Amino acid sequence: MIPRLVWENIRHRPIRTLLSMLLIAVPVTLILTLIGLINGYTEESRKRQSGVGADIRMTAPGASALSFSATTIPEKLVPVVASEPHVRQAIGTVIFPIAGWDFAVGIDPAEFDRMSGGFVFDAGRTLQAPNDVLVDTWYADQRHVGLGGKVNFAGHDWRVAGIVEPGKLGHLFVLKKVIQDYAGLGDKVSQIYIKLDSPANLDSTVDYLKKKYDGYGVLSMAELASLISVDNVPYLKPFLRVIIGIGVIIAFFVVSLSMYMAVLQRTREIGILKSLGASNRLVMILILSEAFFMGLGGTILGILLSYLTQYAIHAVMPASLPQAIVYSWWPKAGAIAMGAALLGALYPAMIAVKQDPIEALAYE
Amino acid sequence: MSDPIIQIRDLRKVYQTGKVFVEALRGVNLQVPSGEFLSIVGPSGSGKSTLFHIVGGLTPPTGGQVIVAGQDVSKAGEGGRTALRRSKVSFVFQKFNLLPNLTARDNIRTALYISGRSPSRFDTEFQNILDLLGIATRLDHKPSELSGGEQQRVAIARALATKPAILLADEPTGNLDTANSLAVLKLLRDLNDRLGQTILMITHNAEAAEYGHRIVHMRDGQIVASN
Repeated sequence: MIPRLVWENIRHRPIRTLLSMLLIAVPVTLILTLIGLINGYTEESRKRQSGVGADIRMTAPGASALSFSATTIPEKLVPVVASEPHVRQAIGTVIFPIAGWDFAVGIDPAEFDRMSGGFVFDAGRTLQAPNDVLVDTWYADQRHVGLGGKVNFAGHDWRVAGIVEPGKLGHLFVLKKVIQDYAGLGDKVSQIYIKLDSPANLDSTVDYLKKKYDGYGVLSMAELASLISVDNVPYLKPFLRVIIGIGVIIAFFVVSLSMYMAVLQRTREIGILKSLGASNRLVMILILSEAFFMGLGGTILGILLSYLTQYAIHAVMPASLPQAIVYSWWPKAGAIAMGAALLGALYPAMIAVKQDPIEALAYE
Repeated sequence: MSDPIIQIRDLRKVYQTGKVFVEALRGVNLQVPSGEFLSIVGPSGSGKSTLFHIVGGLTPPTGGQVIVAGQDVSKAGEGGRTALRRSKVSFVFQKFNLLPNLTARDNIRTALYISGRSPSRFDTEFQNILDLLGIATRLDHKPSELSGGEQQRVAIARALATKPAILLADEPTGNLDTANSLAVLKLLRDLNDRLGQTILMITHNAEAAEYGHRIVHMRDGQIVASN
């Protein structure tokens, strides 16, 4: 009987119910979109790192494993590393941050092709001229640039020489030597990718390189992939806590206000229930059940809206902000919304419980 | 008629409005035998509604003793009064007081659920009451789809569904036209005759009061006549 009473109350005021659910859905969507963006970005980063075709990545001492660090490695170290036991190939690449999470990769096309297996060209050719840039299809779609078009970064116009399939380290590629000059790096690289003669030698070579190049960041690509996760993204956790906090506050006040209004509107009905002998517990259960239902509806709506944000973000910026749908966060976002909804309904429920049945019955 | 189902001794009720104390009941004594149809009449402010509310467990008395169906209401706390409303008394109000979101059937089922009875099926005895009330075919309508007379008959059905010891009716014909008023009064009398249902009815309508076995007159918080 309780579900029926709750359902009929909710159904009786569809606009209020829908608006409340929509407002509860906002923080759910916020949380799921943020998590989705981080997850999508990290997942895509993982794929792009593995697309290099290397077994080990080496970074400068003190460089963060995940973020683009200003610290660099002397390029003369690349041939030294290449001559180490079991190392078949070592290449230096330069990461040049552009804006936000976008960056250009400086490469030597021949070396990079040899390690990665080469780009798959949708159009154009490889890097030749100093102002050539290769862009992948996502970037080309996002920025609406075609073959021969211009891309501006580092205070310079670059001409799109080729459009390639995505999945190889970055979305934009330029000649390493050129970007080294633009960035004032001289003969330095951001990282060294290392390919081994056999995967069987991976662990021993990682250990060897760590000992020999003490202080340098030496990670197998598998280790690097495991580090690229939501939990390891710098500053994400405090940012996420802020978003969750905002979500809790929104859901709390939305439900509190909505249920407060509902209790006021339903004063007479509460009086009727009390005249029938309804206990305070039952009245409270009815109010909290309604809030729970609104929280649940808001969660479902929030999940659906996160698909909408995914579609919208992908339509506007497919390369920079890939948003994943992270199913494991559905229950977490739902628990946050429903917890806040129930907390918000507590005060109105207390008001309902304390209502004098005679006054409630006389309420017009 | 048998043992008193309602025993009221020296009942007093004082309301406080701001700094003003209002004596609503000033030493009321009343005994109602089981199976009686008692009408209580009096002008506004005579205390009849307050008496009704105390007997129904909606508000506690300030002094005196009230025993309803064996339960001392004067000593009961909020929980005890809630239990009284749940199991021993039922109300029929002037404004019907049906839950507007629910159908007539669900209104009745809600009362059954609250009283701890199975709301899923109406027993034969209750089906007969529905037939007597003439609403058996109107149960799937919401209050807004029913006439005033039908709403009041649903309210009576809801009140009787829990088989209360006492039916408390507060101006049950106050919102009805003459024809529906007569029909409801006849129904109450019929229910009293057929089922032996104890009924306490408040009214300021002298003709309506005549349907009771006995009429108690109240004025200024006291019973001034009983005939």
